[in-house]
Order: sequence, then C-alpha cells, then structure tokens
Amino acid sequence: MKKYLVAFVIALFPLASFAAGGAGPKLDHMAVDLHNQASLQRGMQVFVNNCLGCHSAQYQRYQRAAEDLGMPINLVEENLLLGNQKVGQQMTNTMLKEDSANWFGTAPPDLTLESRLRGPDWLYTYLRSFYKDSSRPWGVNNVVFPDVGMPNVLEYLQGEQINHCSAEEAQHHEAKIDPLTGKMMGGCMSIGKKGQQSTEEFDKTVYDLVNFMAYIGEPSKLDSQRIGTKVLIFLFLFFFIAYALKKEYWKDVH
Amino acid sequence: MAGYRNKGKSGFMGWVDDRFPATAMWEDHLSKYYAPKNFNFWYFFGSLAMLMLVNQIITGIWLTMSYNPSAEGAFASVEYIMRDVDYGWLLRYLHSTGASAFFCVVYLHMFRGMMYGSYRKPRELIWLFGMAIYLALMAEAFMGYLLPWGQMSYWGAAVIVSLFQAVPFVGPELAEWIRGDYLISGVTLNRFFSLHVVALPIVLLALVVLHIIALHEVGSNNPDGIEIKENKDENGVPLDGIPFHPYYTVKDIVGVVVFLFVFCIIVFFFPEGGGYLIEAPNFEPANPLKTPPHIAPVWYFTPFYAMLRAIPPIAASQFPGVVVMGGAIAILFVLPWLDRSPVKSIRYKGMFSKVALVIFAVSFVILGYLGVVASTPERTLVAQICTALYFAFFFLMPFYTKMEKTKPVPERVTG
Repeated sequence: MKKYLVAFVIALFPLASFAAGGAGPKLDHMAVDLHNQASLQRGMQVFVNNCLGCHSAQYQRYQRAAEDLGMPINLVEENLLLGNQKVGQQMTNTMLKEDSANWFGTAPPDLTLESRLRGPDWLYTYLRSFYKDSSRPWGVNNVVFPDVGMPNVLEYLQGEQINHCSAEEAQHHEAKIDPLTGKMMGGCMSIGKKGQQSTEEFDKTVYDLVNFMAYIGEPSKLDSQRIGTKVLIFLFLFFFIAYALKKEYWKDVH
Repeated sequence: MAGYRNKGKSGFMGWVDDRFPATAMWEDHLSKYYAPKNFNFWYFFGSLAMLMLVNQIITGIWLTMSYNPSAEGAFASVEYIMRDVDYGWLLRYLHSTGASAFFCVVYLHMFRGMMYGSYRKPRELIWLFGMAIYLALMAEAFMGYLLPWGQMSYWGAAVIVSLFQAVPFVGPELAEWIRGDYLISGVTLNRFFSLHVVALPIVLLALVVLHIIALHEVGSNNPDGIEIKENKDENGVPLDGIPFHPYYTVKDIVGVVVFLFVFCIIVFFFPEGGGYLIEAPNFEPANPLKTPPHIAPVWYFTPFYAMLRAIPPIAASQFPGVVVMGGAIAILFVLPWLDRSPVKSIRYKGMFSKVALVIFAVSFVILGYLGVVASTPERTLVAQICTALYFAFFFLMPFYTKMEKTKPVPERVTG
C-alpha cells in the first residue's frame, strides 16, 4: 500500500502550481500578541478615541475587555465610556445607519469581527495605506481598499501620506528598508505634512490598535489555549493508561 | 414465569430480564457479539463516527438553548454564545469542528468498506443504510451551515438551492418550495433550523440503529474479507472471533484518545482550520445584496462541487452538471452489485482492482481540492478528467473485477 501512497502524493504535486494566483495587494505582516496587555490597553484607547465614533463593536462588552486586559473597572468607566454608557454594556455608538450611509456612501461596518473577516495583516496594512487623493470626497484614497468611503481618521497622528506611484503599482510595491538605519528608502509613499507621530511611532500605534481588534474578534482565545493545553496533557497521559489496558486484555488473543 | 430470553439471572436483572431483554441485548451486541480478531487501524472509524454523532447531538442541544433562529437575531446570537454563554465558544467550536471531523471519519469509514469489500453479500443492506446515513448527514450539514447566518452560510445555501432550479420544467417552483421564498430568507432559516435540530437527527439516529442491527445480524467483515462464522468451535463461537466487549471497547478507547488529541488541537488552537472549517466571510452577517467574490462550499462537499463545475452547461442549463453530481453519489448505492470479484478484500484482488481503487481515491481528493479553489480552464480540464476517472471506477468495475486474476483467500484470518 505504501507505494500507492507515494504515487498518490506525487500525483498531487502538479496541483500545487495551480494553487498560486489571485494575489491581492501586498500586505505587511503583523504578529498578534494577546499576552501583551500594555499593547492591548493602548489599542483599546486608540479604538475608543478614533474608531468608536462611527464604528461599533456591538458584541464586545467594555467590562469583559477591562477584565481580560487587566484594566481597573473604575479607570475604564472614567476614561473609555462614551456618554452615559454602563461598563457592562456593549461598545456601541449613537450614529444612525441611515445618516452614516448618507455621509460616507455606506454605513461604517461593525468592527467586532473585522479582524477575523479580513485578517490582522490586512487591517495593519490598510490603516497605514491612506494617501492624498483630491479626487476623492474625503481627500484620501487607500492602496489596500481602493476608493474606500472612510476618511483617514488617523491622519493627525500619521501626517499626510503622498503616493508617488500609480494605485496599481503601490499595491505590489516592496518597501525598501535601509539595513543600516532601518529607515525606509524610496518606496511609493512619503510623508508630506507631518503628523504628531513619526512613522515608527505610528506603525506601533496601528499595531496596538489591530492587536486590540484581534482580541475583540475572539476574546475567548487565551482561555481556549489555556484549557486546550490542559486537555492535551490529560489526553497524552491517558493514552498510556488506555494503551496499557488494551494490552492487558489483548495478551490472551492470538 | 421466566421470560423467553431470560438468561438465567436472578435478583434485579432477573426481574428486568423477565420484562425487557436487557441482558440479551447486552450479550447480542457487546459481550457475546463476536468480531474478527484481525481488525486493523481502519476499523476505528466506525466507532469514531458514533462518537462524533454523540458530540454533535450533545453540543447541538446546548447551542440550541442560546441560538436565535431568525434572520434578525441568528448572527448576533452566535456571537452571544461565543462571548456571553459560559464555555459557549467551546460548545460552538466542538460543534463546528465536529461537523468536519464527522465527515472525515465517515469518508475513511466508507473507504475502509470499499477496500475490504464490506459492502459485498451478505452486507449489502449495511452498505445501503450507511449510504442513507451519508445522504442524511450531507443534508444535516448543509442545513446546519446556514444557521450562523454569515455571508458564506447565506451564499452557500443560495448556490446549492439554486441547483434545484436547474431541474427541467419544475425547477424554479421546486427551488422556491425549498426556500419558502423567492430568495434565501428568514423563512428558509427557520425551516432549516427545524430540519437541522429535529427532523434530520431523528432520521440519522434511526438509520444508525438500522445500520448496526444489520451489521450485528450478519457480523463484521475484516481486512481478509472472509466469514469468521464459517469456522466455529463446539460452542458455536467463531474461532477467529473475540467478544466486542471487552476486547474492542478497550481497543477503541485507545483510538478515541488518539483521535481526540488531534480533534482537540483543532478545537482549542485552530478552530477556523485555516479558513476551511469556518470560512472568513462567515464573520460578516448575511447580506442578500452583496455577493462574496468567491463562494466555495465547505471541504466535505467540494469533490461534488468540482464535478458540478466541470460539466459544461447544455442549452444554458446547468442540469447536466447537477445530474452528474447526483449520479456521483447515487452510483455509490449500487456498489455491492458492481463488484463481481470472487474475493472481497483488496488484499486478494488483482492488480486492476488495486490500481482502480487508488485512481478513484486520488481523483476524489483532487476533485476535493479543485472544488475549493477558483476555476480556471486548466483546472476545469483536470476536474473533467478526474470526474471521468471517478465514474470509470464504478462503470468498469463489473469487468475488471471479473477478468483479473485474484489471489487465493486463506481459510482463517491472518494477523
């Protein structure tokens, strides 16, 4: 049977070449770190201050986030709640969908599950890929999501980004980084009017934000990994007991 | 008065046995059900399928306690389960991963049957009941997939139901009857929920009972494909048989532990299965006005989906593709009557049968892969070739199984 298996695997190889293709825009990778509570806390702050005005996170409760991210409830109540919301409530806003659809062309989507829908890499790249485009209603366009209805909300931090390539080129452009200084060399984008943060600082801010969005996408993730580890250890140990039992019973079968 | 099937017990079990065949059933199905002693690795998947059925029913009951079967509330109620119900995320992932694991073990269980000729006389009814289980399972999985009411739930259901539209003359009315609406809507969701949690589980359980009663009537096949009942000792116990309990119960526990280890790695660490078990577009609520760029069914349906796409429409009708897809499943039902080999097991069949089975399995896996990815002309060609090979395996079976030279079958089971 072994040689059939080998033949079977070889037969599958040509298929791998079909699998490529359908390449979207080039995405910058970010490694989500749900153990980094400081990053998640900063991310929540950025989220509440910049995103929650228009977008909701309607399945995520403030209190759950506070508990999971190690924030005292009273600090969350004082600094992160909008209006007269209670800490046990979900992260919603009061913007009417009809209004926002009029203002932006489409109602801003709920963001609770956005990281699971698009993936953290997409969000991390998208939020750093707005560029000046006077033909658009909000004066900006986006490399990852062309003709997006959203303005560059984080422009006050990032500054005004200028695209020197065509929209198509910018999608696949490899950013070159100077190996000595770690600074960006060339590339399609440059900063025109400066924002409050440097490029490195801004990348970190977006990282924290997307990290937080990854958390709200699946707040049970760390619980799952913690319990899962114990379950696997149990099953591993139980295997030896089960196997010994089987062996004991089967020793008289010939 | 002692009951007809009283096994001579006294006390409480004697009292019960006079009124209900408890001891008789225990003996008939477990402690004196003699199974061949040479079961190998492939024989784990039957009991694992049973384990997954129980997993789906139990987690399903608890999910139903918090799920809201309405177009307005379904998506939010799934997130409610994921966040606000204690261990709700675990119940949901056990159920969603369980569906895929169920199909995985069922496919391996079916392949085992095909390898060792477990469908051959006198086990044709076991195979037919098994095929009915497979069919019911596909319906169950398809309807269950609509319930989270995400984009892929919605559009997957839209594509599958639209297949019925291709039926000549009555197609559109048939599709409308299934949906209960002109498009997939809350009405469809409610009826799918009802079928998923009540009707189909009853059918499935009944079929599993029939499958097992038929199996225990004729006895299990084995990797050698020989009948252990033909060699019995003076007490009528098959010489190559061992009581299912305790021998196979303790052996199956080992299989269960190994299976659960792999299963739990997915449940606890990779519940989305790289987008194959829970597809990314399903994290967006169903939107009838927005079609996702790439609609692919869940992996366990993709071999048949690839066949559907491989068949070109005739006179702008997809019906030929639907017929081929249905035929691919239907032909499995008649498998017991296509195999004309004098031997059952692949171990003693000739070269043609061995090569045919490998080609069949490879074609099925390739079709499964092609059903996942977007179609291109080259891929369509590969899918067409694999579809032809899939059917050739069955259509040519009466010939190659009859003309090939088989090996002599031993009298008694080998290791």
